[in-house]
Amino acid sequence: MLKRLLSCVREYKLATILTLIFITGEVVIEVFIPFITADLVNLIEAGAELTDVVKRGLVLLVMALASLCCGAIAGFTCAKASAGFAKNLRGDLFHKVQTYSFENIDKFSSSSLVTRMTTDVTNVQMAFMMLIRIAIRAPLMLIFSVIMAYIMGGALATSFVVLIPFLAFGLFLVARNAMPAFKRVFKKYDRLNESIEENVRGMRVVKGFSREEYEKEKFGKAAENIRADFTKAERIVACNNPLMQICVYFNMVFVLTIGSKLIIESGATLINVGEISAMLTYGMQILMQLMMLSMIFVMLTMSSESMKRIYEVLSETPTLKSPEEPVTEVTDGSIVFDNVSFKYSEKAEKYALSDINITIPSGATVGILGGTGSSKSTIVQLIPRLYDVSCGSVAVGGVDVRSYDLDTLRGEVAMVLQKNLLFSGTIKENLRWGNENATDEEIIEACRLAQADEFVRSFPDGYDTYIEQGGTNVSGGQKQRLCIARALLKKPKILILDDSTSAVDTKTDMLIRSAFKKYIPETTKIIIAQRVASVQDADMIIVMDGGKISAVGTHGELLETSEIYREVYTQQTGGGDENDR
Amino acid sequence: MTGKQKMPGGPGMRGPGAMPPGKRKIDKGTLGRVVKLLFRSYPVLVPMTVFCIVFSAVVSSIPSIFIQKILKVVENYTDMGSTDWSAASKEIFPIVGVLIALYVVSLIFITVYTQLGAYITQGFLCKMRRKMFDGMQNLPIKYFDTNKHGDIMSRYTNDIDTLRQLVSQSLPQLMQSAIIVCTVLSLMLCYSVWMTLVILVGVIAMMLVSGKIGGGSAKYFMRQQKAIGKAEGYIQEMMNGQKVVKVFSHEKKANEDFDKINSELYEDSSKAHAYANMLGPIIGNIGNVLYVLCAIASGIFLLSDVPNISISQIVGIPAQAFSISLLVPFLNMTKQFTGNVNTLSQQINTIVMGLAGAKRIFDVMDEAPETDDGYVTLVDCNIDENGNITESDKHTGHWAWKHPHGDGTLTYTELKGDVRLTEVDFAYEEGKDVLHDVSVYAEPGQKVAFVGATGAGKTTITNLINRFYDIADGKVRYDGINVSKIKKADLRRSLGIVLQETNLFTGSVMDNIRYGRLDATDEECIEASKLAGAHDFITRLPSGYDTELTNNGANLSQGQRQLIAIARAAVADPPVMILDEATSSIDTRTEAIVQKGMDSLMEGRTVFVIAHRLSTIMNSDVIMVLDHGRIIERGSHEDLLAQKGTYYQLYTGAFELE
Repeated sequence: MLKRLLSCVREYKLATILTLIFITGEVVIEVFIPFITADLVNLIEAGAELTDVVKRGLVLLVMALASLCCGAIAGFTCAKASAGFAKNLRGDLFHKVQTYSFENIDKFSSSSLVTRMTTDVTNVQMAFMMLIRIAIRAPLMLIFSVIMAYIMGGALATSFVVLIPFLAFGLFLVARNAMPAFKRVFKKYDRLNESIEENVRGMRVVKGFSREEYEKEKFGKAAENIRADFTKAERIVACNNPLMQICVYFNMVFVLTIGSKLIIESGATLINVGEISAMLTYGMQILMQLMMLSMIFVMLTMSSESMKRIYEVLSETPTLKSPEEPVTEVTDGSIVFDNVSFKYSEKAEKYALSDINITIPSGATVGILGGTGSSKSTIVQLIPRLYDVSCGSVAVGGVDVRSYDLDTLRGEVAMVLQKNLLFSGTIKENLRWGNENATDEEIIEACRLAQADEFVRSFPDGYDTYIEQGGTNVSGGQKQRLCIARALLKKPKILILDDSTSAVDTKTDMLIRSAFKKYIPETTKIIIAQRVASVQDADMIIVMDGGKISAVGTHGELLETSEIYREVYTQQTGGGDENDR
Repeated sequence: MTGKQKMPGGPGMRGPGAMPPGKRKIDKGTLGRVVKLLFRSYPVLVPMTVFCIVFSAVVSSIPSIFIQKILKVVENYTDMGSTDWSAASKEIFPIVGVLIALYVVSLIFITVYTQLGAYITQGFLCKMRRKMFDGMQNLPIKYFDTNKHGDIMSRYTNDIDTLRQLVSQSLPQLMQSAIIVCTVLSLMLCYSVWMTLVILVGVIAMMLVSGKIGGGSAKYFMRQQKAIGKAEGYIQEMMNGQKVVKVFSHEKKANEDFDKINSELYEDSSKAHAYANMLGPIIGNIGNVLYVLCAIASGIFLLSDVPNISISQIVGIPAQAFSISLLVPFLNMTKQFTGNVNTLSQQINTIVMGLAGAKRIFDVMDEAPETDDGYVTLVDCNIDENGNITESDKHTGHWAWKHPHGDGTLTYTELKGDVRLTEVDFAYEEGKDVLHDVSVYAEPGQKVAFVGATGAGKTTITNLINRFYDIADGKVRYDGINVSKIKKADLRRSLGIVLQETNLFTGSVMDNIRYGRLDATDEECIEASKLAGAHDFITRLPSGYDTELTNNGANLSQGQRQLIAIARAAVADPPVMILDEATSSIDTRTEAIVQKGMDSLMEGRTVFVIAHRLSTIMNSDVIMVLDHGRIIERGSHEDLLAQKGTYYQLYTGAFELE
């Protein structure tokens, strides 16, 4: 998993390596600074010449400036590397999703994909930044500081032998106890926030039933509950601070007493005052690094959840691919379902479709009718190969759909989905999804067929009207007609409308159908509808029931043969009889 | 806590030009409010914590004195050439003893304040959460209609999180650093005014640099935030429309567009982080430079015999001469001083952000709650054969409006479900009338239907009946009582609503049905679900009525959710029902099932129906056709067909209802 994620560093490898180099530089210099300072202090103490003092001081100044430059450059390259890493990660995720088939898409909810591309990537970016900056810096600093401390302090440095394991163990204990506690709390916290969201969304229900007090009480309980858990977790983490302080204080006392003893006993030959001061500095540095390491440890474990979620998307294999040597031309719009059965996932017990056999000649108009769960949408989704059949075969233009290049096939099979949407952008931009190079005339022509031209023109900005995200500023019926126009622009050999005129009034619905008949007679038209009226005059009507074809025929035939069809027909036209009175 | 920083080097020192105006400024009002609330929530614990923080901060800034004292002893001995440790230890140990004692006390205080801090922070957050939630429950529907849900939610998530940062880390750290800076500064002045001046000059330079870089980082962080928003918007739209993308083979184009947005985000993000990353090493190393400068300066002072000046001279204690035992602790203090100034300047960002979050939370709490001047209440009652009404404390199946009058008398009016709107005008926004001169009379048991295009004002009428909104002009009377006199909770209790968008809550199916009437028994809930036609499918669920629903009942179909919502309204058993597009997102076959439940629910009640499909409302007693806030046709189905007006056109399909 890590390998796959880290492969996203790509062109930012240089920046990453530079970061590591400069950080090492910074650490080395920084570790030497107290060493030289000790020297300087001793020089002053020894009453050396002013020029010597200044000289030593200048060396130190240069070192500090060098360290500043290294640090600043590392900070810069590190930001570049981590932001670049995040960019590649995000890009890979997005590109990967583009290769997904419908089956893959069904597996992840769209909101979870959004979170993975935003929050999770940001988490990993931060972790990466920490990793290349501090995860290198802290251990290096720790090691160098210990070495320097030994060189300089000798016996004084023994305190670290005790302190480092003590603090490391302490911090480890805290992190180990705190992490599961936090994980638990965060889960609860998510649930709490979900319940708030539920409340906000359902405010009309809450107020409608006057349940404000009840909700307050319920929330209060949940909030108190979470507070207890949170407090517990936070209190574990709060132990870090005193733990750290114990070590700092211990080091201080130890160095001061033992140090003075050594100085006095040795007559300031073994160790001197300047070195004591340096030892105190190293002590601080060493302990700080341990603290940093424990922070990284926590941070990395926390972000591992995000990494897992990102990896899930990246490692998903698209279930559909164009074949090796694809057919790149669709000869006509004929469709043949040969013994087709289909289920959405291999594990599913029930087949969504079974034993489907139909032959649709090119240019025919086919209506599909059936209740919810009768798999009307499923059957048509097999035609542009949005899903692959489980057994049997679907052929378009006499060729198995699995032999086509996917772009070719989908270019010739236009489908208006039931859950359709427009994207933010002008009407024209939206329509050009169907054909990027469509001329204005072609666009207007398509809209005329879809009965959209008239209302588009009535907008102040006409075809340049901006559609808000989700298409909220056009009515349902208008949206459906624009979606039909968008599909028509492909000039497809097969056009599939999956319940795409449900919000359009019956008169317009009829106009659209007659326009189809008149202007695109060559195109095979498949219409799924709730209204019998929408399919009544089709060449062939398929009645679906529970994933099987219940009846096939023309309107007249089905009224005779199909009970379901008759039932739906009378139910919908029952009012019509009254009307005739 | 110290909201104002008086010490030099505090944020007050920051040049006003160094930061974008208004972006890095501390909102004093909000800070004051947070602090006040903290003290009020924990009147004992907070001062205790503050005391512990102050004490431990002071303790951690004074070891320099002890170092200096010990080194002085050491210096004396080495100067004398004595190596007699046992003699020296007699002088040193007492000092160390005091130091250890101080440390022990300090450790206790640190432990106490960090533990208390964790406790107080979570307690405070819990309180804020609850206050915000409680306040939110009392807000009028208008608030939820005019604010994005995501925006409201982010106050519970993002803003609470930044507030946590503020209370648990930034404020204590601010206080601690400020105190250390102050004590260290005064100590330094006691040691040597000259050297302190050297340090102060350096610190001012440090502040200027950090102000510049901090400002740049703030600017790019804002741009990054914007870029993230843009990328998120695009991702969201594309992920929602992924199937459309596939159908149109639009993958390549989507990739290209995304790459562009992604690159922009990269630019801003890398700049923002670059500034932030560079700040640390730069400030840290300026600290190092300062340390060196200080060493050189003291060397120069020491070697060239410049007389030392100390503020302790004011009180008559002579200044120490420059010596090595003065230099070492002084250098130590330099580190401490610059380190803490650094912390202070880095805390500013989080404090500003935390306060911005706190302000957004306070905004919700400060929002004017839904007012309720109603005094007429709904009570259970018994009605004898003469029609005399007596109040009852048990559920009797009869209700009455209890109407207290100015002269202290009480009258009871039986709840029948007679609703009249007379010449009502209404506007959501001033000047944009949604309803004009609307009059509707619904007698008890009648079914009144509203038909019309989106935005014609159908839902608005029902919003006025249950007083989600208040009318601008006209009258709404319920059983002859002006609805503004009825307590809102009681008014709504007498009205059942089923909306197009079903909202179920996390919990069992039974809990969700019982939401209609909290004291309903299991049997009553099952009875209601039978009435609604929901019983069958519920018993077929894996755990029947105990099946847990999550995520607004995502594991149920739309029709099933709707049936539960109807059962929920049924268990409340209200005399008046409002059905707002309750069946419009269900296909016709399922609707036939739901319709049965609806019909039995409507039996014997006054019902207001809004429906898209005319088949659902044909049997209404009165149908009102609305257009742009006016009732243009009214009458029974037959009447309206005979009129051959808009309803006729709708019915025959010549007209589109959107």
